[in-house]
This record gives sequence, C-alpha cells and structure tokens, in this order.
Amino acid sequence: MKEFTYTIKDPAGIHARPAGILVKQAMAFKSTATVSKGEKSGDLKRIFALMALGAKQGDTLTIKIEGPDEEQAAAAIEACLKERL
Amino acid sequence: MRKWQGLGVFPKIAIGPVYVLSLRASIIPTDKISDTSAEITRFENARTQAKAQLHDLYQQALAQTGEENAAIFEIHQMMLEDADYLESINDFIKNEKYNAAYAVSKTSEKFADLFSQMEDDYMKARAADVQDISNRLIRILCGKEDSLAPLQTPSIIIAEDLLPSQILLFDEKYILGFATAKGSVNSHASILARTKGLPAVVGLGMKWLDNCSNKQTVILDGQKGTFITEPDETSLKQAKKMLLEQEEESLQLAALKGTPDKTKDGREIKLYANVGSLSELKEAFNFDARGIGLFRTEFLYLDHQDYPTEETLFETFKQAVQIAKDKLIIFRTLDIGADKTVPYFNLPSEENPALGMRAIRLCLTNPQLFKTQLRALLRASAFGNIAIMYPMISSLKELEQAQNLLEETKQELIKEKIAFNKDIQTGIMIETPAAALVSETLAPLVDFFSIGTNDLLQYTCALDRQNSALIPFTDLHHPALLKLIKMTVDNAHSVGKWVGICGEIASDISLTETFLSMGIDELSVASPHILRVRRAIQQARIDK
Repeated sequence: MKEFTYTIKDPAGIHARPAGILVKQAMAFKSTATVSKGEKSGDLKRIFALMALGAKQGDTLTIKIEGPDEEQAAAAIEACLKERL
Repeated sequence: MRKWQGLGVFPKIAIGPVYVLSLRASIIPTDKISDTSAEITRFENARTQAKAQLHDLYQQALAQTGEENAAIFEIHQMMLEDADYLESINDFIKNEKYNAAYAVSKTSEKFADLFSQMEDDYMKARAADVQDISNRLIRILCGKEDSLAPLQTPSIIIAEDLLPSQILLFDEKYILGFATAKGSVNSHASILARTKGLPAVVGLGMKWLDNCSNKQTVILDGQKGTFITEPDETSLKQAKKMLLEQEEESLQLAALKGTPDKTKDGREIKLYANVGSLSELKEAFNFDARGIGLFRTEFLYLDHQDYPTEETLFETFKQAVQIAKDKLIIFRTLDIGADKTVPYFNLPSEENPALGMRAIRLCLTNPQLFKTQLRALLRASAFGNIAIMYPMISSLKELEQAQNLLEETKQELIKEKIAFNKDIQTGIMIETPAAALVSETLAPLVDFFSIGTNDLLQYTCALDRQNSALIPFTDLHHPALLKLIKMTVDNAHSVGKWVGICGEIASDISLTETFLSMGIDELSVASPHILRVRRAIQQARIDK
C-alpha cells in the first residue's frame, strides 16, 4: 500500500473541475484509491464523494492507494494534485 | 388569453413561438414497478442517451465559446458515472420498486441536500449540477424532448433563470427575446437583454413556467413587463402594430450611424459605450460608439476558477485594443466586493456588502492583485488608446495610494524594458457623495472623472438598489444627485479636466439637455441606447 499527504494550495479548494480531473486519473488505474480529510474519507474514483469532502486551501489530504499498479497510480495522482491543486 | 406580469427589462416587444430552456420535469410519476431488472435496463439506456447529449453539448460549447464554458458539460458526464449516485438509483429501483424517474428524483434530492448543507458558496451551488443531470435523466425517462436541442427558428426563450453560458449556446439571430421565472433586473439575463437590446421580462414566477409549453405563440412586452399566452385577435393586432413602429424606429435610428454627436447649436459631446466583455465591445462599435467610457474587467475574474494571470489579462486587453483600433477604451480596474463574489477570493461575508470591502478597497488591501491588473493594462497601452479608471474612490489618500502603485508599476516596466504609453490617462469613478464633495482636491491628480450615478444615488439617498421594495422611494432625478453631478463638473472644469457619466442615467433622454447645459463632456451608455441618445443630442439646444 502507498500512502502520502498533500496540502491544498489552490485558493478555491477542490472545486468541480480539478475534482473531475483527479477522478479521471484515479479511474485509469486498477488500484483502489481513498482520500481522507480529518474524520471524513471517500473513494477517489467517485466525484461526488470527493467534492463532498469540501476540502479548502490549507487542508491536508491523506491519500491511500492499494493494488497491482499502486506505484504508478500514486505517482500519477500525486503529480496531478501538485499540478492542479 | 392569459396575461402574466413580471418586471420589464428592455422596453421592446416580441411576438413569436416559445422555446423552453431546461424543462423542469415538473410531474414525475410515482408509480411502483414490478420488473426491476427491466427498469434498470431502461435507466441504463437513459443514462447512455444523457451522456451522448452531454457529449454533443460539450463539443458545441467548445466550438462556440471555448473550453472554460464547455468544461461543465464534461463534469456533468463524469457525475453520471459516479458510483454512489448510480448505487442510490439502483437501490431505489430494486428495494423500493420505484420507477426509474422517481428513483432519480429521490437520489437527486439526497445528493443536492448534501451539497446545499455545505458552508462554501461554491459547493452549495453544486447542488444545481446534481439537479441538472438528474433533470436530464428524468426528461429522457419521461419521453420529453431535450430542450437543449439547437434552436432553428426565431423564438422567445423562456427558463427558470438563465446563466450566461446557456445563452451562449444559441445562435443569436434566433433569439427574439427572453423571459424568466426568477431573476431580478440585475440578473445575468437582464444585463444580457440590455446589452443586446432584446426585449425581456424577468420574475414571472414558477407558476407561469409550469403553464408554458414549447412552440406556443406568445407576446412578450418588455415595456409593460408582460407575457401573454394564447393572445386574442385584438392584443395580437395591437402588438403587431407596436412591432412595426418599433422596426420603423430602429430604421430611423440606424440612419444616425456615422452622424456627429453635436447639438443644434454646435456643441459636440463624446458618446461612448459601457461594455463588460469582448463580444459586448464588438457590439458597441456596431452601434457606432465613438469610444468605450466604461470597460468592466470583472468578467475576467468571474469566469475563472482561479486568479487570472497577467498574461491572460494582457492578452484580453490587447485584443480589446485591437478591436477598438484607435478609439479610446477606459478600463475600470477590478470592481468586485462582497456583493459580487468570486469563490477563490475567499472574502468573508459582510453585514453591509455595499459599504464593505469592495473595488479599490480590495485592491489597495491586496496590492499584488491590483498591480497585476496595472501591469497588464500598461503593457496593453503600447498597442492602442487606453485609459485606466479606479472605482469607488472616496478620499484623496486612496487616490494617492492607487496612483503611487501605478507609478511603482511603471518604474518596474521601465526597468524591465517593457514598452507602455508613458502618458496614459487616468481617472476615477465618482460614485460616493464623499468623492463628489472633495472632487476639487481629487481633480488635479487625474485626467478625468466618470460619474457612476447608480451607486452615487444609492449612497446619497441611502437606498439599496438591489431591493425592489424600495422602488417607490427612489427618485432617479433626485435634486441631490443632480447637484452632486453639477458640483463635480464645475470642480473638474476649473482645473481643465473632463467629466463623463457612465451610470444608467446617462441614457435617460429626458436629462440629456440638462447634462449638456451642466457642461458634461461625455456620456457612456449601454450599446442599444447609443443611437437614441445621439438623436436627443442632435435635437438639443443649450444656448437658449
């Protein structure tokens, strides 16, 4: 299992557009991906769950990825977060 | 015949077929079903169809208005893939034996609630996306045609409310006018109607919408604020007569294109336009504006999901300058505040937004935000004739601070060897009574004043202009307002500076002669009013 954290820098937080892009990225891999913010957590492959986290600038997300392609998935998702959020 | 009363936005009339945008699936069947697997297949087919519609809409929007506006349709497609959303619908069908449309409707409520309970305004607004995709599915399941099919005959567009991006999906030549159930005279639909010169009525109520159907012929009267369904012979005849007069008037006015903005006794005045986007800018020159007295830059921030970069701003300003050729464009720096919010600004909500952290106050508090605009504007000044105008100035100190930041920005550009017009004109909006009262001390620091009468009236009379209940208390010709205008003109002229008016009162032709007598140098109005004001100028005499 791969696990990492990311702190949101985008002033608008996870709004619809980056959420869509992130979900698309997660869907491209077989591994399961979950994202959590404090007590709340959700499936990174589900756009409503991700948006419902209501993550804002300065919030830290913990991402857990598990599966056959977890290495590549983690790298791709982390890159996507850095670029978009 | 049935007459519905709303608020008229642009005083013109239209007769034509109705085109219902975003049909609400108002009557959803609640019957239970027995064959659940057949119902799930029916739902899956509807989902495939919905995705295909969204795909088409995405392509259409992409071609017509660009990625920014099209993105929403791509996100809607992804929402139709969301596992939680689909699970909920499937569960309602399997466990509760709900028909597919009802299952979607119940799921929509559940998810929309989730978003509407969130603190963040942006996320709250996402509830509308859930409802939107759900309504699309329900329309398909109930066998209603998709109302977002391309418009092919000139029609009157009606909707619950209109978003600017929805209007962009239509070919303009087919829009006769529009009417909405919600909305105020300040909503997007209204602003659009005024800039395009289209008849419009807003605030007709949800009951009105439920009674409308596609293709029925109606009379839309933007003057009286009425919407007439199944009109009788008499009213149809009357409306046709008015339509004819209206067309005659437009022909007469069109003949004024190219004629000077000069009174009978030979005083010439600058007749400019107010615009808020590049397409409105093109529109203004079609109506023969001699310049742009107010270029609102807010759209660059409202249409984005993050702060626009200096390059984005510069590219847009440069394009504007190229469209205007050598005509003057007065760009107003960002006028955003707690009433016009942009999610990424993260502004705290305020008790009195009209008196709050807005316009120049926001810019002076965030100098970097302000300087990015100034850099982009200065760089664009190398390509044409532009001026910079600061909104909401109410003291000498604020003006000095703004001018110092401009000077600082100029020095930076000189150091970086970036070209700009060193003699660029600067001016301020006079929209607080304080600014008008101290205009004598402000005038030496600028090249011009532009009086924003909408805010000036609101602040002078302490009347909230967003509150329609206050209309009976509002006197658009209040002597206090006219006194402040006169005072501003005299103070500017005493030090050789020029003065314009860019508020809505500038297009009030009953005051044109008064303004000319006061010595106003420029009037800046919404494009569809230009030729009407030109006629009033040409008919005026001030040496009586």
